[in-house]
Amino acid sequence: MSDDVLAVAEHRRGDLRDVSREAITAARAVADGTGGDLHLAVISGDVDAFAEELNLDGVDAIHTVDHGEEFNHDVYAQAVAALHESIDPAVLLTPNSVNGLDYAPAVANRLGLPLVTDCTDLEVGDRLVTTREMYGSKVETTVEVDLPAAVTIRGAEWPPAEGVGDATIEPFDVEIDESAIRSTVTGFEEAGGGDVDISEADVLVSIGRGIGEEDNLDLVFDLAEALDATVSSSRPIVDSGWLPKNRQVGQSGKTVTPDVYLAIGISGAVQHVAGMKGSDTIVAINTDPNAPIFDIADYGIVGDLFDVVPELTEEFSG
Amino acid sequence: MKVLVAVKEVVSVEDDFELDGVGVAEQYVEYDLNEWDDYAVEEAVQLQEAGDDVEVVTVTIGPERAEETIRMALAKGADRAIRVWDDALADQPLLDIGAKTRMLAAVVEAEEPDLVLSGVQAGDDAFGATGVSLADAVGFEWAAVVNGLEIDGDLAAVRRELEGGVEELSEVELPAVLTIQTGINEPRYASLRGIRQAQSKEIAAQSLADLGLDAAAVEASLDLTDAYEPESESETSYFEGGADEQAAGLADVLREKGVGAE
Repeated sequence: MSDDVLAVAEHRRGDLRDVSREAITAARAVADGTGGDLHLAVISGDVDAFAEELNLDGVDAIHTVDHGEEFNHDVYAQAVAALHESIDPAVLLTPNSVNGLDYAPAVANRLGLPLVTDCTDLEVGDRLVTTREMYGSKVETTVEVDLPAAVTIRGAEWPPAEGVGDATIEPFDVEIDESAIRSTVTGFEEAGGGDVDISEADVLVSIGRGIGEEDNLDLVFDLAEALDATVSSSRPIVDSGWLPKNRQVGQSGKTVTPDVYLAIGISGAVQHVAGMKGSDTIVAINTDPNAPIFDIADYGIVGDLFDVVPELTEEFSG
Repeated sequence: MKVLVAVKEVVSVEDDFELDGVGVAEQYVEYDLNEWDDYAVEEAVQLQEAGDDVEVVTVTIGPERAEETIRMALAKGADRAIRVWDDALADQPLLDIGAKTRMLAAVVEAEEPDLVLSGVQAGDDAFGATGVSLADAVGFEWAAVVNGLEIDGDLAAVRRELEGGVEELSEVELPAVLTIQTGINEPRYASLRGIRQAQSKEIAAQSLADLGLDAAAVEASLDLTDAYEPESESETSYFEGGADEQAAGLADVLREKGVGAE
């Protein structure tokens, strides 16, 4: 095992994703702890352009694997495993994204590495000490693993790497076994449904699991009308089919930055918060005083939405 | 066709709780069928209803207590269940992905399913990795975070839910492991008839020895060394009083920000 760290960049449909730069920051800090180099893998797509773009402060070596346009987990798994065998790093670090979770567990299994996913903090000494959440963000835990290890990092926890790097950029010579590629990406689609664009709204009245039943949504639409606001929601409402997918705020839905975001009956799971934390003013109404949404709210009401929302509607009516 | 559904009994924690060591104190804990797995079970049962001769088998790693949860999956239409447990697992506060992979891989090798479904993640430990790890271990193809599925011969046409409202369409060769996202279907409630029938369905208990594994196969490679309630960085201003007073206070603030002004 070397003292090095291997991080993997992520891109989609021609663009690098933010988490690539965040992964560099996280991996650089780990490499400083182990006293090794930071290697970055750039796989598929326009690897040369991506490599140039990611030649940032703190990166020592960039390895490109020019194979196909879009992410394919079989290609990634093979390329990352081969790079790992060549570099023999102490830590393999990948994004905890939908695609990250589509290859990192396979690589960890293939190489016999312990894997800790969705890390929010990393420290390295004799072992790798990770911080991660459990029980829907109610508990934070410390999980330690021996090196070498693999981790995936949560998005937006580390600042993006910046500056100008002087990394070596070289194609990595790996023979991708085409017979092991047994899935094919055939296309992409934007989640549709309806003609409302919640990302354009100045005021969003957003509803979550606390609404209980579909019939109760009227309460929220009444409030939205009184406030001249747009209705959005957290994931469970869309999963239940009560609102179309284009109303969903969060990691898998839309990112919104309204002037006022009124979160009603939304607990504030990390996937939801990722989509609305940039709002200017956040108001939360929830029965649970410990709900994580209050951690980011500017204004809060601990109370029953079925009592508070009609009163609030009344305030703005007539 | 045989569909194996990996089903986990998860710990859910009450709003107000206390910690006991590196876990939540027992009196604040409830055990439920993992939300994501509920959708995986539904997807399997729908395949069973749509096809000829589709067997749905669930597999759970868990102690005897988990049989209540397993019966819920059986009541929704799964044909039989396998429950893996061993004293060697009882003392581990957090099972790692590798240990789960080795146990589930042994079950897959014994059952030889065409399709393995699991939830994207478990609501408690939220690793979100066991399905893909399992696929690699047994040499199956896979897809993570699936919110649409159609089987056509030995190909699965899947939708993968990426970030930002984008879906990837993929074709995946079977046999495969798919991790199922919430919202892919509407999980049914178990019917009374289903609940009654579930009582007589088989739950086969399997020890590590039954699976041809030894205790070393499940030795954790990770240590859960600390658990604590996250510190709130909140600077929230709260409106107090009755609902009318709270609403009035909030209304003042909203008006100040120009909300509701024509």
